[in-house]
Amino acid sequence: MGAIYVLWLRELKRYARSRVQVVASLGQPLLYLIALGYGLSPVFRRGGEGNYLEFVAPGVIAMTVLFSSLFSGIQLIWDRQFGFLKETLVAPVPRLHIMIGRTCGAASTALIQGLLVAAVAVVAGFRPAAASGLPLAFAFLALIAVVFTAVGTTVGSTLRDMQGFQMVMNLLVMPIFFLSSALFPLDHLPGFLVVLTRIDPLTYGVDGLRGALIARGHFSAVLDLAVMGVLAVALTALGAWRFARIEV
Amino acid sequence: MIDVQNLTRKFGEFVAVHDISFQVERGEIFAFLGPNGAGKTTTIKILTTLLPPTSGQVRIDGLDPTREPTAVRQRIGIVFQDPSLDQNLSAWENLDLHGALYHVPRKVRRERMQRLLELFGLWERRDELVKQYSGGMMRRLEIARGLLHTPRILFLDEPTLGLDPQSRNQLWTHVKQLNQDEGVTVFLTTHYMDEADRVAGRIAVIDHGRIVSLGTSAELKAQTGSATLEEAFLALTGTAIREEVADASDQMRRAARAWRGR
Repeated sequence: MGAIYVLWLRELKRYARSRVQVVASLGQPLLYLIALGYGLSPVFRRGGEGNYLEFVAPGVIAMTVLFSSLFSGIQLIWDRQFGFLKETLVAPVPRLHIMIGRTCGAASTALIQGLLVAAVAVVAGFRPAAASGLPLAFAFLALIAVVFTAVGTTVGSTLRDMQGFQMVMNLLVMPIFFLSSALFPLDHLPGFLVVLTRIDPLTYGVDGLRGALIARGHFSAVLDLAVMGVLAVALTALGAWRFARIEV
Repeated sequence: MIDVQNLTRKFGEFVAVHDISFQVERGEIFAFLGPNGAGKTTTIKILTTLLPPTSGQVRIDGLDPTREPTAVRQRIGIVFQDPSLDQNLSAWENLDLHGALYHVPRKVRRERMQRLLELFGLWERRDELVKQYSGGMMRRLEIARGLLHTPRILFLDEPTLGLDPQSRNQLWTHVKQLNQDEGVTVFLTTHYMDEADRVAGRIAVIDHGRIVSLGTSAELKAQTGSATLEEAFLALTGTAIREEVADASDQMRRAARAWRGR
């Protein structure tokens, strides 16, 4: 258990020390909130869907968590290339504990990043419908972080070099983001998009988050929770399996 | 302390280590010499539980690294060929993390950390991030870290690569002292013959995955009729330069070095 804690703490310390990156990484979500939230709001309102900033803010918060948790896999490749991974793998600690410690750390930082963007969204004019939804919203953010950190770990354990990781990530990140419910409502979609949005895990995360924050979920919270919960367990198991097979 | 019988390791068709056997006694300093690609690092990886052998038997302090990796890991300290510190943590944090991973109780950990940092001349700069350290300081920190959990066997895989003569001298002085004062068994590899000559009791020369000679420095010289260990080494392994293919890690490390402006 000690190993899990110290590796978790390591990720948080590294995160806290990268203040410049943290601040810089808030720029993109802010741009999305302003350009999309305010830019598309008139059209969205004319379509009878209400305030678009309110609608898209949960999507942008989820996007932040998605990006930073997926890219935690880079840290794994980095640690492997620069030897620190080897230092942890020869320690008298089960590999599973090492993987769990790293995953908790990466998911925590992704979660913090998401909360920072949520604060930015509030500054930009976003207001959650009721404070009572906040704990559930937090739970959904945490699930998104765990699910995609596990994906990052799986890819990061399988590939050896940075270029390969970037390539796979580019193939994954954008489709996961754009083909989820982050940017548009799930009603009245053309058939193929209905299929694509439903097989995208992020759809359920964003939908749950939106339900909790502004009471505009498409599916029930129970369904969203169930899908994300099952995925979190299954993908973490897959990540642990790949991680156990790393040879240094 | 280390007992290796008929150890073989293959990577596909390639035989990296071919049927080697040797023993290292408790309290001995044992050197493994060989050209690049001879099988030194593969052997160390097997001895330190990082790689399973294809065949043969390995015992570390009586334990099988494949079947009891955790117990073996608790008994060994390793300084890897390439750096393995977290550069975004301070020296103190790197040691503290290591101590926690090796289950060194907090109070004991603190005391030993202070003693080791003082011993290796890093105490004053313990709170600086490791990325601000020089190559020599990083190496010293890695050795200090390898000793933190009081291992019975210390593995040093080319520990002096890229170090200046001062740091090298300091390192070997510490290693010899440790070996004498605390009876730590040392298993090392190096490319510098003078170092092996100076610190090692016995030397094994490995080439193309086989041990071609094993004995004290004097025995190796006598066997080959050479005046120095370097000559003996060349007589045993030939003068041809070995081809090695850079893998993804090497390329990345080079790119990262260029990127950091070194």
